[in-house]
Amino acid sequence: MTEKTTTYSSTKEWLLTDTPASALQAAAGRAYLGLLEFLKNRLAVLGLMIIVALVFVALFAPYIAPFDPILTDLKHRLLPFSAEHFFGTDELGRDIFSRIIWGSRLTLYVIGLVAIIAAPVGIIVGTVAGYFGGIVDMVLMRITDIFLAFPKLILALAFVAALGPGIENAIIAISITSWPPYARIARGETITIRNSDFIRAIRLQGAGPIRIISGHIMPLCLSSLIVRVTLDMAGIILTAAGLGFLGLGAQPPSPEWGAMTSSGRSYILDHWWLITMPGTAIFVVSLAFNLLGDGLREVLDPKSDN
Amino acid sequence: MVQFLTKKRFKKATTQTLQLIAIVLITFLGLLLITFLIGRVVPIDPVLAVVGDKASSEVYERARIAMGLHLPLWQQFFIYLSSVLRGDLGTSVLTAKPVLDDIFRVFPATMELAFLATLFGVFVGIPLGVLSAVKRGGLLDHISRVVGLLGYSLPIFWLALLALIVFYAKFDLLPGPGRVDIFYEGIVDPITGFMLIDCILARDWEVFRNALSHLIMPATLLGYYSMAYLSRMTRSFMIEQLRQEYILTARVKGVAEWKVIWGHALGNCSIPLITVIALSFGTLLEGSVLTETIFAWPGLGLYLTNSLLNADMNSVLGSTIVVGSIFLAVNLFSDFLYKVMDPRAR
Amino acid sequence: MILEEQLLQVKNLNIIFPSPKGDVHAVKNISFSLGKEKIGIVGESGSGKSVTGRSILRLLPPYAKISADKISFKGQDLLSLSEKQMRKIRGREVSMVMQDPKYSLNPVRTVGKQISEAYIVHRKATKQEAKEHTLKMLEAVRIRNPEQVYRLYPHEVSGGMGQRIMIAMMLIPDPSLLIADEPTSALDVTVQLQVLAILDDLVSQRGMGLIFISHDLELVSSFCDRIIIMYGGRIMEVVNAADLHKSTHPYTRGLLNCLPRIEGGNERLSTLVRDDAWLDADFSAPSVTVSG
Repeated sequence: MTEKTTTYSSTKEWLLTDTPASALQAAAGRAYLGLLEFLKNRLAVLGLMIIVALVFVALFAPYIAPFDPILTDLKHRLLPFSAEHFFGTDELGRDIFSRIIWGSRLTLYVIGLVAIIAAPVGIIVGTVAGYFGGIVDMVLMRITDIFLAFPKLILALAFVAALGPGIENAIIAISITSWPPYARIARGETITIRNSDFIRAIRLQGAGPIRIISGHIMPLCLSSLIVRVTLDMAGIILTAAGLGFLGLGAQPPSPEWGAMTSSGRSYILDHWWLITMPGTAIFVVSLAFNLLGDGLREVLDPKSDN
Repeated sequence: MVQFLTKKRFKKATTQTLQLIAIVLITFLGLLLITFLIGRVVPIDPVLAVVGDKASSEVYERARIAMGLHLPLWQQFFIYLSSVLRGDLGTSVLTAKPVLDDIFRVFPATMELAFLATLFGVFVGIPLGVLSAVKRGGLLDHISRVVGLLGYSLPIFWLALLALIVFYAKFDLLPGPGRVDIFYEGIVDPITGFMLIDCILARDWEVFRNALSHLIMPATLLGYYSMAYLSRMTRSFMIEQLRQEYILTARVKGVAEWKVIWGHALGNCSIPLITVIALSFGTLLEGSVLTETIFAWPGLGLYLTNSLLNADMNSVLGSTIVVGSIFLAVNLFSDFLYKVMDPRAR
Repeated sequence: MILEEQLLQVKNLNIIFPSPKGDVHAVKNISFSLGKEKIGIVGESGSGKSVTGRSILRLLPPYAKISADKISFKGQDLLSLSEKQMRKIRGREVSMVMQDPKYSLNPVRTVGKQISEAYIVHRKATKQEAKEHTLKMLEAVRIRNPEQVYRLYPHEVSGGMGQRIMIAMMLIPDPSLLIADEPTSALDVTVQLQVLAILDDLVSQRGMGLIFISHDLELVSSFCDRIIIMYGGRIMEVVNAADLHKSTHPYTRGLLNCLPRIEGGNERLSTLVRDDAWLDADFSAPSVTVSG
C-alpha cells in the first residue's frame, strides 16, 4: 500500500481491511466478521428464527389462534387431529393448537422477567465483589455460594411452597435461584479486568468506583454473560414447565405448556396428543435457546469451547 | 491414583479439607437461614394448622407461645438451629411421623436411581465425550452433539411420559410405575432400603429380577441426562487438553495415539471431571423430583412433591435441608478428591 | 558428500495452512540436508522455522497441508510412511525438545514416569530397567539427585531443571537426530548457557545430528556448524557459522546490524529492513547443497 489514501472497491473490503482508519471502521469490521461466523452456524440461525417466531406468535396470539384457549366445549372433547383442530382438543374440548399459541405468551413472560431480574442482580453482585475484593468479596461470594448449595429446582420448589403456587411466584422463585452463576461469571471477569492498565488510567483521571464499574467493567462482562443467559433460558423454560407440571406454576385453566402436559397425563393411553403437543412446544423453544446460545458462544466467547 | 496417596500428601490434603469444612459450615448455616426464612413467609398460619380454625383465641395464643412464635426472629432462628442440629426436622402433617424418619425411609430409593444413573453417565458419557473430542466433526461428534442438545432441551417429565407410553403401554416391554410389581411388594425386608441389595441379602432372585426391570426405565432416563451433561463437559475438557504442548511431547516420544488420548489427555481431564460428576449428581437429585412423580417411585422426590401439594411445610423444608446438605457433602468430597489427586493443588 | 553420513534430506518442502482469509503459505519450497552436524535455523517469528521442524516429525495439525519432493531420513521417505511406522521414527530416531518445559511436561505425572515412558515405548524393558536407565539419563543431564527428582512433579522443578528433564526424556531412546525448537528462550539467562552446554555435550558425545531452531542469530552462530536463515517461509541463505560475518545477503546483514555490540560506538542501531522481493527470489538450489 503505497498511496496515502486507500480506496476500497467495495463495502466488504472496507470492512475487512487490516488497517482500519477509525475505531468505527474497526468495530464494524469486527461485527461483520462476527456476523459472518454466526451466519455460518446454520443451527444457531435456526434457533434465532424459532425465537423470533415465538415472539411473533406471542404478540399476535389473538389473531393466530382460531379458538378461545380457555372456553370449554364438552361436546368436542378429546378429538384427534383434524383440519379444524390441528392438534386435536383436550379433555375439556379446548383446541390444543390455540392453547399452545396462547401459551407462548406465558413462556415469553417467564423467561423475559427472569432475565430482567436475575441478570442485573448477578452482574451487580459479581462486579462489586470482584472490584472491591477483600471483605466485600468474601461476604457476597459466601451468600452466592449459599444459594448455589441447593439444586436449583429444589430451592425453587421450597420458595413456591412458601409463596404459594402461581406463575408470578414461580418467576420469583426461579429468579432467586438463577442469579448466583451470573455473579460468579461477572466476578471472574471483573478480577481479570480490575488490574489492567486502562482501568488504572481511568482511576487516575479521578473516576469513582461506581463510574468504573458501570461504565467500564460491566460492558466488558456483557458478552460472556449474554452467552450464559441465553444458554440458561433453555433451563429456565424447563424449570418453569416442571413447576407447571407439578401444579406449582401457572394454574389451570391458563394454557401453560407444563400444566397442559400434566392435565393430559390421565389420558395418555388413548389420547397421546394431549401431552405430545405441549411437550414438543417446550422442547422446540428450549432447543432454540440452546442452539442460539451455542452459536453466540462461538462468536462472542471464542476461547471457551471450539 | 494410589501413587498420589502418600502419607505426607494425605495429611496436607486433610488440613486443607478442614479449612474447607469451615467454609462449608458457614454455607450450611446460610442454608438453614434460608429454609428458616422460607418457613416464616409461608402464608399458611402454622399455629392455625396445629390448633384448627375452631380454636378460641386463648387456645390459639397458648399454642403460639408453646411454638415459640412470640419470640424475636433471631431467637426463633436459634431454637430452629438447635432443633435441626439435634436431628429434629419437625413432624410431618401428612404422615404424622418425624420428618427425618420419613426421609430416612424414602431416601434409599432415590439414591438407588441416582447412583445407577451416574454410573450410566460416567461409563457412556465420558467415552462418548473423549471420542467426539478426538474426531471433531466426525460421526460420533455429531451424535454426541445431538445427544447433548436433546438432554439440555427435552423436559424430563415429558420424556418419561413418552417412555411410559411406548415401552409400557404400547409394547409392554418394561414394567410400569413403582419399584416392584404389586404382588412382590413387601416380600423382601427393607434392611438397607436399597431394593437390589435387600434382594441379594434375602437371596430372592425373582424379586431381584422384577426390581431390576422396574429400575431400567427411570434409571436410564435420568442416566441419559447425566450422560448428555458429562459427554459435553468431557468433550470440551478434552479439546482443551489435546491442545496442550505436553500432548505434542508424548507424540514426539512415539507414544501410541490411544495412550496419548486415554492416558495423557484424559488423565488430565479426570481431575475437573470429578467436580462435574459431583455436580451432575446434584442435578440428578433435581431430576428425580419429576421422574419419581411420574414413575410413582417412592423416593425423596415423590415425598417432596406430595408434601408440597399438601402444604406440609415441615416435610418440604426438611427435604430441602437434606437435599442441600447432600449436595454440600458431595461437593466437599469432590474438593477433597481434587486436592488428593491433583499434584498442583497439594 | 558421503551418502552414509547424510541423515536428513528435505527437498522442496511446502506447508500450507488453510484459513478463512485464504491459504497461508507458511513454508515455500525449501530444501536442505543434514549430516551428523549441528545446523541452526534462524528467523523471526512467523518465518516458518518451527513449522519446518515439526513437519519432519509429521506432527503438524491435521489440517496443515505438507508437500515435498522428498523428506528422507536415513534413506526412508518419511512422507510415505504409515502412522505406525512413523511412531517408530518419533523418539527412537528423531526427537524434539520444545520451548517451555512448563507446558511441555505432563502436569499430573511424575518426571520419572514420563522419562521412563519414552524408554519403554521403544524398548522391551521392564519398569525396573526403565527406571535404572532414567536415573542414568538424569545423571547425564547433570542432575545431582536423580532419585529425588525422579519422584517430582513438573510444577515442582525449575525451568532449567525442567528443560534438562526434557532433554533427558528426548535422548533416552538414543535417537540420531534432535530438533531443538527454541530450547532456551523460556529460561533465565543464567541457566540458558548451562542447558546449552549440556545439549552440546550430549549431541557431540552421541554423534547425533541437531537442528537448532532459534531467533537468536548470535547464539546459533556460536553453537552450530551451519546456519539456515529463513524469512517469510523461505530460505534466504545457508551459511557456515564461521563465515556468517562475511555474508552479503541483505536480510542476514540486516539481522546482524540490529545486534548491539560492546565495541560498537554510540551510533543508533539500525532497524531491520525487509524486502518483499526476497519472497519471490529463488535462493534455493545452489547455495543450499553446500555441506558443512
